[in-house]
Amino acid sequence: MKSKYDAIVIGAGHNGLTNAAYLAKSGLDVLVVEKNDYIGGAAVSRELHEGWLYSNCSYVCSLLRQSIHRDLNLTRHGLMIVPYSGTTNFSLNGNYIAEYGDHDMQYREIKRHSLRDADAIHRYETDLMRYAKLIRHFLLRTPADPTSFKPRDLGEMMFMAKKFAGMGEEQVYEFMRFMTMSAGDFLDEYFENDLVKALYSTSSIIGTALGVYSPGTAYVLLHHVMGDVDGAVGAWGLARGGMGAISNALAGALKEHDGAILTEAPVAQIIVKNGCARGVALEDGREINADIVVSNLDPKRTFTNIMDAADIPSDLRKKAENFKIRGSSGKVNIALTGKPDFPSLPADHKLRNGSFQFLDSMERMERAYDDWKHGRWSDDPFIEMTQSSVWDPTLASPGHYFVSCFIQYCPAEVEGGWTPDKRDAFGKTVIDQICNYSPNFRDHIAHMEVRTPFEIENEIGLTEGNIFQGELTIDQLMFNRPFPGYSQYRGPVKGMYMCGSGTHPGGGVSSACGANSAREILMDLKRPNVVPEDDVDE
Amino acid sequence: MSNYDIVIIGAGHNGLACAAYLAKAGRKVLVLEANDEVGGLAATREFAPGFRASVAQTLPQLNRGLVDDLNLEKHGFKLALDAMPTVAMAPGKSPISITSGALSGANAEDSAAYPEYRRLLNKFADAINPFWHKRPPMIADGDMGDLATLGKFGWNLRRLGKDDMRELMRMIALPAQDLMDEFFQDDALKAALSWDCNIGSKLAPRSPNNAVLALLLRMSGDLTDGLPLPAGGAGGFTDALAASATSFGAEIRCGAAVEKVLIDDMSVSGVQLSNGEQVQATTVISNADPKTSFLTLLGAQHLDVQFTHRISRLRNQGYVAKLHLALDEIPKFTGLEKPAGRLMLTPSMKYIECAFDDAKYGGYANELPMEVIIPSLVDDSLAPVGKHVLSANIQYAPYAVKGGWDQHREQFLANALATLSQYSPGIESQVSAAELLTPADLEQQFNLAGGHWHHAEFAIDTWWMNRPTYGASQYTTPISGFHLCGAGAHPGGGLMGTCGANAARAILEDR
Repeated sequence: MKSKYDAIVIGAGHNGLTNAAYLAKSGLDVLVVEKNDYIGGAAVSRELHEGWLYSNCSYVCSLLRQSIHRDLNLTRHGLMIVPYSGTTNFSLNGNYIAEYGDHDMQYREIKRHSLRDADAIHRYETDLMRYAKLIRHFLLRTPADPTSFKPRDLGEMMFMAKKFAGMGEEQVYEFMRFMTMSAGDFLDEYFENDLVKALYSTSSIIGTALGVYSPGTAYVLLHHVMGDVDGAVGAWGLARGGMGAISNALAGALKEHDGAILTEAPVAQIIVKNGCARGVALEDGREINADIVVSNLDPKRTFTNIMDAADIPSDLRKKAENFKIRGSSGKVNIALTGKPDFPSLPADHKLRNGSFQFLDSMERMERAYDDWKHGRWSDDPFIEMTQSSVWDPTLASPGHYFVSCFIQYCPAEVEGGWTPDKRDAFGKTVIDQICNYSPNFRDHIAHMEVRTPFEIENEIGLTEGNIFQGELTIDQLMFNRPFPGYSQYRGPVKGMYMCGSGTHPGGGVSSACGANSAREILMDLKRPNVVPEDDVDE
Repeated sequence: MSNYDIVIIGAGHNGLACAAYLAKAGRKVLVLEANDEVGGLAATREFAPGFRASVAQTLPQLNRGLVDDLNLEKHGFKLALDAMPTVAMAPGKSPISITSGALSGANAEDSAAYPEYRRLLNKFADAINPFWHKRPPMIADGDMGDLATLGKFGWNLRRLGKDDMRELMRMIALPAQDLMDEFFQDDALKAALSWDCNIGSKLAPRSPNNAVLALLLRMSGDLTDGLPLPAGGAGGFTDALAASATSFGAEIRCGAAVEKVLIDDMSVSGVQLSNGEQVQATTVISNADPKTSFLTLLGAQHLDVQFTHRISRLRNQGYVAKLHLALDEIPKFTGLEKPAGRLMLTPSMKYIECAFDDAKYGGYANELPMEVIIPSLVDDSLAPVGKHVLSANIQYAPYAVKGGWDQHREQFLANALATLSQYSPGIESQVSAAELLTPADLEQQFNLAGGHWHHAEFAIDTWWMNRPTYGASQYTTPISGFHLCGAGAHPGGGLMGTCGANAARAILEDR
């Protein structure tokens, strides 16, 4: 480690690594400092039980920008995204509904439940895809400041206006409507069958401290379908070798351009002198100098933990305190010695290899949200179970399985605080729920890791364990993300930047925040841009 | 059979305002009202011998311009009270009185924060205000007036200044809970201030996106600096509107229910009443809610599929019940010398949210959030001498209560009285009569599908050019000669007559 670098990035999550890789690619001398002894933040693969590799935080991938994947040669650095499909949603009475990638199969599947809904599916997919393709134009761009008269902001506003106008007036108004409404209301407009609505509603509240009927959740639904796998918009994939493969590939790209990573180096403070960022002070007392300091931490941690209140404007501290980061999700990662059996599905049905959800109706989801509001986890939690190792045999040995369960909702604070006992009780609730659908599931468990927002916050450093580094509500999106006036990745002092999911375009393993931030830094340094534009859909 | 230029269906405040403006401009106007009296939800009705009340009750949104244009004061309109304070109540706590200028009884921090809260909201309200009174813009056809409206909107936002414009664009999406938490500490104060964010809608303090917009709509009036209370109940306002319309030559027929709108070759040719009588007119304006207007009166067979779908999907289920009590004497509320003002029986936002939780699933809470007014304290036309009327808005009373309202009416009323007695012990013994109007009652008594205050949910997604929906947001519809002038049109519900006035202006400009 040197005592001075051109730029220091705090946090070796995927956005921090992306940011650093682009700064390094541009020729800067870059150091990434990471508090843990491993890199990746929430995009990691860890052998928590011998023989099983866990994607123990993020577990699936779709938002990763393809242009960055290609531009940084991530494939050569070992990254392979394996598309998967076939989500089965079970109801308590033994019924199920599946989501297929294939349109005709989807039609037939929904027709089993409702002819009317099957006829609506084309309209639903068309509408959602139209919105997704619109929003994809803005992922790898810096949001315009609508209060600014600078040519660049005006130009960006024009770009946005043109993309909107391209949809036609009717669709502009439909889109404006869509952006502010609830997923529940949106789905009610297309579908009548509870199971169909349940199937599609789950994306609207994943990671979000809102219910399916809270206005604004339609956008969260869109946030989960605006990604792609190899250009197939809306598809999801797994990173072969677990989500850590993404971080490792990004680190490979960083190292290829001579960037460095320092682990076990928690930052105590960003050093500010004369209104300029000058480097970081580590918790062990070491100081590293750099004129560029980029924080990949969430905005709350950045401005209330590692920046001195005297170094930032007082209104910014207030904004950071008011910024909404609400822990609402838990994870249970499970090593299995046998394949889980779901008796509702016919033997050898291909859906047995897919992922599973357990939800009869949006009402059940809303009730789980009500429990969360009152500071408790639900006795009837929503679970999304991904059988990662079925698609990626590198995660477990033959005959063994790794499944990742995402649970909505789990409060960041419970009465009396989280304790290991309460955490285990939460884990038991999850397993009990799974056993309602797969009675012998418990017999296969070799090891499991239960993570409430408390564990996620303490280990990964995400405030309240929020997977998006901040709620995806309109007041915190686009030019409002993270705060109005700070949406262009620049911090309050010269040379200080943000690059985490708390910035535009928000959470998910996208690398877009890190890339956009790098582009802004290079612009300020008057260096040529090396960050690619986004892929443009036909 | 007679001929009119214009037939207006429904003599609610918007129908009457629309009629008055059109008649004033020289049009021959006939207003047809199904009920035996004008006013709709704004009619002051006798609910027990000598006791009168109306569904709507205060006038925060009324504008001086409309009052003057239509000479309402000459026709008998006056205020019983200029500015009614809002009083935040919680059992066991001393009340906090809220006026547009200041708080009294609040802690020092909240009292200090209030002026900044009001300053911001007033500034936002001023920026937005002109647009409540204009036709929503549609841009594609390049209409210069619409482009000017949009340009003015952008300019008004910019004129807020960088910081406040940014705050507006962020705060507009905040749930009431976050908005209040950012400014205030006291639970009862926050709950009372949050009330106007959600009342009338299927929303609660935690619901994002609509709180500030609803507040700004409530702040759109300029009649007084506070919360005005009309003399003679809301009917005092609508009666003046009716008198004004009549004075300009409009004809109003009560007890004349329109059964359908007559269509000839995609154009309106008149209406047919339930007794079979037909009235010819080339312009028909509906003050009914959008679903009733398009699906019942007009008929989906005249509309294309996409448009029909847009109307069908409108959220129009009401969540507010209205309670009227006939009281033998002035009720005693703990902590108050006199129950003057708008009493908010809402100890906290969580309390409101919990009541909403029950309503979401078709039930209702044991402890009901209530907004209580005793208008007879300042208006002796509403009750016999010495006696009083209590009038309350109660959340949440779901239109589609599980099992139907017939089986829940008594229980709901009992819950409401039990809640009231927490604040006014012994009030039950003073009650000589009660009228409970659930959303189902509003639907049945006022021909209002869903019983929704705003005719269709008032929210950002059904606002401005999306109100009630694309294709009908400029007071015109896909059917030539058929127009909307009710709360389902821009700017929405609330006793103000603005929808009607805007519709009249749009129709007059069109010719």
